[in-house]
Amino acid sequence: MTEHLPALQVVIALTAAPLVMLLNRLPRLAWGVTLAACWATLAIALLLLLQVSDGGEIRYEMGGWAPPWGIEYRVDGANAWVLLIIGLVSAVVMPFARRSVEQEIPADRLGLFYSAFLLANAGLLGIAITNDAFNIFVFFEISALASYALIAMGRDRRAVLSSYQYLIMGTIGTTFLLIGIGFLYIMTGTLNLSDLATRLEGVTDTRTIRAAFGFIAVGISLKLALFPLHLWLPNAYSYAPSMVTVFLSATATKVAIYVLLRFVYTVFGFEFSFVELSMAWVLMPLALLGIVIPSLVAVFQDDVKRLLAYSSVAQVGYMILGISLASALGLMASTVHLFNHAITKAALFMAVGCLVYRLGGVSLSRVAGAAERMPWTMAAFVVAGLSLIGVPLTAGFVTKWHLLQAALMDGFWPVAALLLATSLIAAIYIWKVVEAAYFRAPPDDAREVREAPLSLLVPTWTLTAMTIIFGVWAQLPISAARNAAEALLGAPQPW
Amino acid sequence: MVSDATLVYLALAVPLAGMFALIAASRWPALRDSLVVVTAVAMFGVVVQLLPRVLRGERPSASLIELFPGLEIAFLVEPLGMMFALLASGLWIITALYAIGYMRGARELHHTRFHVFFCIALFSATGIAFSSNMFSLFVFYEALTLSTYPLVAHKGNEAAKKGARTYLGLLLGTSVGLLLPAVIATWWLAGTLEFTPGGIMAGNVNPAIGGLLLVLFMYGIGKAALMPFHRWLPSAMVAPTPVSALLHAVAVVKAGVFTVLKVSVYLFGLDYLRELATTDIILYVAVFTLIAASLIAMQQDNLKARLAYSTVSQLSYIVTAAMLVSEFAALGGGMHIVMHAFGKITLFFCAGAIYVATKKTEISDMHGLGRRMPVTFAAFFIGALCVIGVPPTGGVWSKWHLFMGAYDSGHQLVVLALIVSTLLNIAYLLPPVVNAFLLPPKEGDQGGGIREAPLLCVVPLSLTALGCIALFVLAGPLAGLLRPYLAVSGGW
Repeated sequence: MTEHLPALQVVIALTAAPLVMLLNRLPRLAWGVTLAACWATLAIALLLLLQVSDGGEIRYEMGGWAPPWGIEYRVDGANAWVLLIIGLVSAVVMPFARRSVEQEIPADRLGLFYSAFLLANAGLLGIAITNDAFNIFVFFEISALASYALIAMGRDRRAVLSSYQYLIMGTIGTTFLLIGIGFLYIMTGTLNLSDLATRLEGVTDTRTIRAAFGFIAVGISLKLALFPLHLWLPNAYSYAPSMVTVFLSATATKVAIYVLLRFVYTVFGFEFSFVELSMAWVLMPLALLGIVIPSLVAVFQDDVKRLLAYSSVAQVGYMILGISLASALGLMASTVHLFNHAITKAALFMAVGCLVYRLGGVSLSRVAGAAERMPWTMAAFVVAGLSLIGVPLTAGFVTKWHLLQAALMDGFWPVAALLLATSLIAAIYIWKVVEAAYFRAPPDDAREVREAPLSLLVPTWTLTAMTIIFGVWAQLPISAARNAAEALLGAPQPW
Repeated sequence: MVSDATLVYLALAVPLAGMFALIAASRWPALRDSLVVVTAVAMFGVVVQLLPRVLRGERPSASLIELFPGLEIAFLVEPLGMMFALLASGLWIITALYAIGYMRGARELHHTRFHVFFCIALFSATGIAFSSNMFSLFVFYEALTLSTYPLVAHKGNEAAKKGARTYLGLLLGTSVGLLLPAVIATWWLAGTLEFTPGGIMAGNVNPAIGGLLLVLFMYGIGKAALMPFHRWLPSAMVAPTPVSALLHAVAVVKAGVFTVLKVSVYLFGLDYLRELATTDIILYVAVFTLIAASLIAMQQDNLKARLAYSTVSQLSYIVTAAMLVSEFAALGGGMHIVMHAFGKITLFFCAGAIYVATKKTEISDMHGLGRRMPVTFAAFFIGALCVIGVPPTGGVWSKWHLFMGAYDSGHQLVVLALIVSTLLNIAYLLPPVVNAFLLPPKEGDQGGGIREAPLLCVVPLSLTALGCIALFVLAGPLAGLLRPYLAVSGGW
């Protein structure tokens, strides 16, 4: 049984999806099955992470076909970490989903909704676990198509348009990825990532491979919302149903970043990407611009969901910045931020989901005065907000600390200064929300609201508590992130 | 025999436990208020237990959590921290009594919330006092800012919110924007943040960068109120007077200058400070602040505003003391923390008592009040003497050391500035007393029915006034406690 864990990681969600669709008439049961699938996924992700925590890797041949002919799943420190993030977020968001989704989605589509959610989930898991380039593309499309459907189900009519926007951009992205993979296949005759890595060595000095690198890098950058290719993200996150925003913000961009890392480090190799093609000199300016500009834009947003969406673009900038430093420490800062940002942003979007549940919307004028009626929700927002800013003893600080160290290590003093300055900008936009909720009087036509129900609050606080727990006892995520970085670099590091 | 670590944790846990007890007892005001006093007494009792150990030369320590290797929340009680913790917890007892009288007398609302955040503030101040490294200190420093914010905004009206926003903005802004980068750079360059006698910078950080770091630290520690980042302190005066008294004359502002001393002595080290080009710049910024703030104080008619600017000025004495890089001055700076605390808390208590008894806040309205409230104004007089530095109060000794230090290190200009500032102190602190005793009440102000404030206000302010006098005699033992913090071997 345990040897089939890698397959089960994807298959459970994948097979549950059609089952849940059949249960469309019984929404509670559909929800229950989805919940069970997500929890099983988390359990498997945990088991896999434990198995590779000593630096080993697990190989699994799909259907017994040996690679490079068959599809191979391969789990190492890097993707086990990403699998855990996906598993964790989906497992926590499902209890939250029941009431939130019932309110936002028409009752006759609940089964379809959960089915799409499971497909998106399975797609992301598949991207992370597979060791096959074409398979990555396929799973990208599975998760993307399901996500388009999920976003389009938002209550606001603009949801459809933003979903369409995402569809266009996403399709361009995956098409670029496919073209790049095609070039690689032409030159090497293989699709297995490890096999590609060895066979590329002889042919890297060709225009085809360089073009392949370009296509793949740009394609994935679209998917991970690297500035200035992020334009689909704010709309998609703003208009999607609350639960979808929580899930996508915490997982979708992270998985894309993982794929970028996988191609850059495992397939093309550090030498080719960073030395020969000077990738860092492209990534770093984009990362810095991507941190500063969206942060500033976030300050001027009136809708809290949109504000947090722009903040997500900025946070992607932090992760890319870590990669662009081209050092083990920078890479580790990025991988630890995958997790820290996932729990932080998911907690924030959940708190926003609670607000939406009671207030109907989250423009600043509607949030005004909410703290008195919904103290627990707003307290969660404040704590998770502190983590987003990067205050000591929160998860965000752990990231910022390592990122700063990595920047200083290479003598990038101005970058370090900029990092601190942008956390002040984060403080400003979080403060805007806090001020509205705590210090402004509620609007005159405000509804009588109560605190959000427990089924929303408990998941919100679960993640909020994690931002503190993993800020204080940071050893766990740090060692996992180090493992991930070592797996990508292919060698143990002297931390 | 209780272990060291247990005592340190207890000192931190008592205010938190008290806080929960307060919340539980919020329905019964009498019980809640007595719990405040019990908590304060218990905390002082615990802190006092540490004193003999520190005097014996022990350094009780405890390590709470390690975030990642080398970066931990840990405690180590050394003389300066011992003094600060004693001061804050000791004065808390008196303030707790006073606060009960004041909050009832002035008919303030939300008593429970008020006392709860007071507990958190004291917890944070103790954390600052006992921190064994700059990272822990930073964490508690921020906690102190955040926990005092609701106290400043307590009244909830527009003025309170505006003041509180300036307060939070300046303190958080300077600490995150300047102090945190300085801390991180120090960690990066020196490889540690541990407070070490003699400093950690020498040999690790080249003096050019060290000079930059010093500026970042001194301005980053916004609670020390160096100009131009002093605006938060006058803004904080919208808070109820007990907050101004204990927090904005003792715990918060002293946490600032305490951090300045810790950073100067234990991170930079006095020898290393002498090499830095910017030490003198900060010195003169501090001297400028202490004169300028005195001049502004003279023009304030609002009593609390005048006291606030006086505090800004007095804080700069301590920064000056640190930047003079002489053992004498640094010792004087440490002593001034205590002397000024007693003097200024007395003055604030008096201002609060006057407000409770008469609702008057402007100095020009207080003419002739002295005859109606003799105890209060006598105490005000003693407090003023202590801040000015006149015998028979403790203030004289810290100023004495400061003068000696300035003279020793050859900064004649600083000596002159200290003399001028002392004269200014007299010019803005004594007139309120003199007017209150000697001038007749203003016309139309019959002052009918004005009597001393409630006993719970008058007794505390008498106690702290007596403390000012007692310190005149107790300065010797205090200096004895502090001397080891400079790691000076015997001799004096």
